[in-house]
Amino acid sequence: MSAPAVDDPHHRVRLQVTREGFALDVDLALPARGITVLFGASGSGKTTVLRCVAGLERARQGLVQIGHEVWQDEARGIFLPTWRRPLGYVFQEASLFEHLDVQANLQFGLKRTRTPGAAQALSAAIALLGIEKLLARQPAQLSGGERQRVAIARALTTQPRLLLLDEPLAALDAARKQEVLPWLERLRDELHTPMLYVTHSADELVRLADHVVLLEEGRVVGAGPTGQVLSSPSHPVLQGEDVGAVLAAHIAERDSRWHLCRAEFDGGSLWLRDSGLPVGQAVRLRVLARDVSLLTYAPHDTSIQNHMPCTIEQVAPDQHPSQLLVSCRVGGSVLLVRVTARALHSLGLRAGHAAWLQLKSVALLR
Amino acid sequence: MPLSAEAVQAIRLTLQLATATTLLLLLLATPLAWWLASTRSRWRSPVSALVTLPLVLPPTVLGFYLLVLMGPDGAVGRLTTALGWGTLNFTFTGLLIGSLVFSLPFAVQPIQHAFEAIGPRPMEVAATLRARPLDAFFSVALPLARPGLLTAAILSFAHTVGEFGVVLMIGGNIPGQTRVVSMQIYGHVEAGEFTQAHVLSAGMVVLTFGVLLALALMKRRAGRVIP
Repeated sequence: MSAPAVDDPHHRVRLQVTREGFALDVDLALPARGITVLFGASGSGKTTVLRCVAGLERARQGLVQIGHEVWQDEARGIFLPTWRRPLGYVFQEASLFEHLDVQANLQFGLKRTRTPGAAQALSAAIALLGIEKLLARQPAQLSGGERQRVAIARALTTQPRLLLLDEPLAALDAARKQEVLPWLERLRDELHTPMLYVTHSADELVRLADHVVLLEEGRVVGAGPTGQVLSSPSHPVLQGEDVGAVLAAHIAERDSRWHLCRAEFDGGSLWLRDSGLPVGQAVRLRVLARDVSLLTYAPHDTSIQNHMPCTIEQVAPDQHPSQLLVSCRVGGSVLLVRVTARALHSLGLRAGHAAWLQLKSVALLR
Repeated sequence: MPLSAEAVQAIRLTLQLATATTLLLLLLATPLAWWLASTRSRWRSPVSALVTLPLVLPPTVLGFYLLVLMGPDGAVGRLTTALGWGTLNFTFTGLLIGSLVFSLPFAVQPIQHAFEAIGPRPMEVAATLRARPLDAFFSVALPLARPGLLTAAILSFAHTVGEFGVVLMIGGNIPGQTRVVSMQIYGHVEAGEFTQAHVLSAGMVVLTFGVLLALALMKRRAGRVIP
């Protein structure tokens, strides 16, 4: 990803919404590129944030500043209507215009955008989402996954400065979800448009997020780069079996004899099944807390390939009283380990101690 | 038997009235239906009830009030007299106004239901694709509401062709001016001319059946394209 180095100030979203039985009060500084995932349970206010950023709803107290442009500033009485905000919006359910075919759906926004290079934007969006063969179809003839791909491409034709996605996969079944996810990953890797992505799915969070904003009952309870937010043991974002760290890595080496590849992350590297990715390819590694164990010595004579020294940073209670979540620093990265309280006690390990990690399984994500 | 010159005149007048009523109603009812479908104003319910009123009231009641309103001492009548148009009772314009009021619910309701079925989402999508509200209305809401507009047009037309009570009250029976087919039939029956009454009545039945059949067929076809 070769992002142009421009002086792009962070996006700022400050909103206060009060409705019956619901209060939203958030102040977000969003990075200028990559996918920022707004994560939280339903009713936490994720979608309201997105709708306010788009101007579909108006927060009584609000500031929405995207780069140098102010879209809303109630203190100065500024509120741009949605149609004047250079944004793209992908709704949860298929929102294609049923009276237009795919081509006309794509051209709807294009015709109303007066920016140079609009025609290229259209063909780029069509290629990026792989929908060349669908152009002559009616929306009713598309599968759920195809509809969402067209909807995403349509949102891109207006060359938005910010792409908003409101649970774009939530209405799809598991198989369709897996069909659309790679396209979203591709979007993240190839597009320079920042994206604000609302979801309550751990899978989407782990696979797509560069940054995470955690919402709980209308308030921000955590925000930061994905690796950092996910590896915080005291406030685990994901629940139960999903607890684990996500590491940014790249393929450093391939071993054709054993069909393995070495993925290097900040602080170490791991041997994984070679899935054919070229050396240099950026990947993310998901290491679930339940798949890591702690040792007080360097392991040898074990079938487990991946182990490394670490420093214990923090010990926090887990959901069940018998278990603990331990965060362990490895160079610039942090991994989470789920252990029983008794094991940790008998090993005599505490925060600040040096130890060894043994990783039973690691998932490689694009 | 061939139609008499009078009958032909009545048929032409009926078709003129129905066409003018339908076109004007589409223009009036569409914005009204849009407002009713999307407003949160406290005036929504009273206005909605008012629009539905002609559906429930006997046409004679409606005709009576129109007669009074448009008469020389009525508010409308005084206004039109002041404007130099004279009173509108027993004129084609008066009849047209009566027809508009009489058929208003038949135009508003299908269009309103169509707008309500579309919901706010397509308009929001249009706004995120840079469409101004008016642009979005014409390029998204109206095309999506097409089945409702079609129903409204056909019902207004058919209902106007079939009106009698209002015509009786405010139209009178002036050949070429206000004597529509329903009045012509009434006249034939009064005069004991059952053969002529039969011909015109049968024509009405065939015409109305044809219109309703066309409506049903078009709805089925629209249903195939837009699920």
